[in-house]
Amino acid sequence: MTTTNHSLKIEHLSVSIADQRILKDINLTIPGRKITCIIGPSGCGKSTFLKSLNRMHDENPDARVSGRILLNNNDIYDRDMDVTGIRKTMGLLAQHPCPLPMSVFDNVAYGPRIHGTARKKDIAGVVEHHLKLAGLWDEVMNKLHTPASKLSLGQQQRLCLARGLATGPEYILGDEATSSLDPISTKKIEELFIRLKEEYTIILVTHILRQARRLADYVVFMYLGEIIEAGPADSFFTDPQRQLTKDYIAGSFS
Amino acid sequence: MEAASALIFGLLLFILAIIVWKGMPALSWDMITEIPGSGFYLGREGGILNAIAGSLYLILCSLALSIIISVPLVMYINFHISGKSGIAWIVRFSFDILLGIPSIVYGAFGFALMIFLGMRASLGGGIITVAMLITPIMMRSFDEVARILPRELPDTLLSLGSTRYEMSKVIMKQIFPGFITAVLLSAGRGIGDAATVLFTAGYTDNLPGSLSQPAATLPLAVFFQLGSPVQEVQDRAYASALILTVLILLLSLAARYFSSRISKNRL
Repeated sequence: MTTTNHSLKIEHLSVSIADQRILKDINLTIPGRKITCIIGPSGCGKSTFLKSLNRMHDENPDARVSGRILLNNNDIYDRDMDVTGIRKTMGLLAQHPCPLPMSVFDNVAYGPRIHGTARKKDIAGVVEHHLKLAGLWDEVMNKLHTPASKLSLGQQQRLCLARGLATGPEYILGDEATSSLDPISTKKIEELFIRLKEEYTIILVTHILRQARRLADYVVFMYLGEIIEAGPADSFFTDPQRQLTKDYIAGSFS
Repeated sequence: MEAASALIFGLLLFILAIIVWKGMPALSWDMITEIPGSGFYLGREGGILNAIAGSLYLILCSLALSIIISVPLVMYINFHISGKSGIAWIVRFSFDILLGIPSIVYGAFGFALMIFLGMRASLGGGIITVAMLITPIMMRSFDEVARILPRELPDTLLSLGSTRYEMSKVIMKQIFPGFITAVLLSAGRGIGDAATVLFTAGYTDNLPGSLSQPAATLPLAVFFQLGSPVQEVQDRAYASALILTVLILLLSLAARYFSSRISKNRL
């Protein structure tokens, strides 16, 4: 899909919301075309971190962001950066599926339409391609023009994924993307992530350790707004270095 | 609960029955296609086209004016600044107070304003005054719909890379039925109000020609005819009320039809 090198580096990132420091001096390099799982107890700043990556903090007047996030060596917080372009590059899959108030077809076509990335006659093909990519095509091919809200919750979440993919991102940010789904839908989404990492860099926030074990190539453990430990999944789970990490993996706290 | 529902529904039927029963005999084709003739107020030929046209012009223009004020305001306090901010609170609070002001006060205020500006009783003055009366109704009821919008929707749209304008377009589509309800509520209130137009729009037996000329309105047509000692004219007052009611009914049905077509895909 793209030829970029998928380089994402976070340097000295701090975020405070209403004078409360949520993230403290985060330094991290996200490996390209891999699944990175960010784990940690609730309230540790996982979601805040994810929101920094697509500049959603811009929408909150109480949020202050400092530090740099280098996307292919360009700071996304640079004044000249186009916010809509960054959000197009960073596809977000939210916790609860939120279809747009449109038909199934128009949901997927939304991104290409607003960004002008597909010509009018190509759009049907683009929609079909991404619905197939999200493993939803067979289920919805006969009801493309029904309201998206009529789909089941699991289908809606895959629709949201297809919609995000059709927008043309390089990164997929998943904010506890399976937490409101049933086990079967969760499994489908997880299998999709594994298939999609060939082309996309995937960053998942999850509070389910088992999910991180199943999916992660690289794991980041956060606690109280700081990165405690980060490393490749194998060594992270088998040989954690810090005591706090050991306790968390062992399930002493959550 | 059932009794209360029955009571309300019964009351509605009773009012409608009275209007139809007393107004139907006086209703004729001339009533809605003719302006008052020379002997109209003595019970002879003519109709109230002047008032029908005046009321329609007045309410449509007031609605337009009111929409121009309400829609950007509601979008602004709900989606551009955080809903809890001080500005939003002040706006909602002021409109709540404006909502409680009786229409005769708006009429008096509009009249004073027109004198200050050197205007005569005119369609334009009526439009401005009625817009003042209905804007709080429209703004507050539209605002309530906007507030119950799914919280995630604006964020979802933004995270797909929508600009604020593109976001607003989708959100408008989602809240369109609520918007229509808000417009209907204010239309019903505005078209039926006599006190605001009494001093500001005036009354005339002619069709409204321009914004600076007086215009007749249906509520005042009912009011003046009902005060007549002539039985035929009194009956025509009920016929006028019937026309007014049917007009509101038609507006309401048309608006609901279009709103359901536009928003068939809403969440």
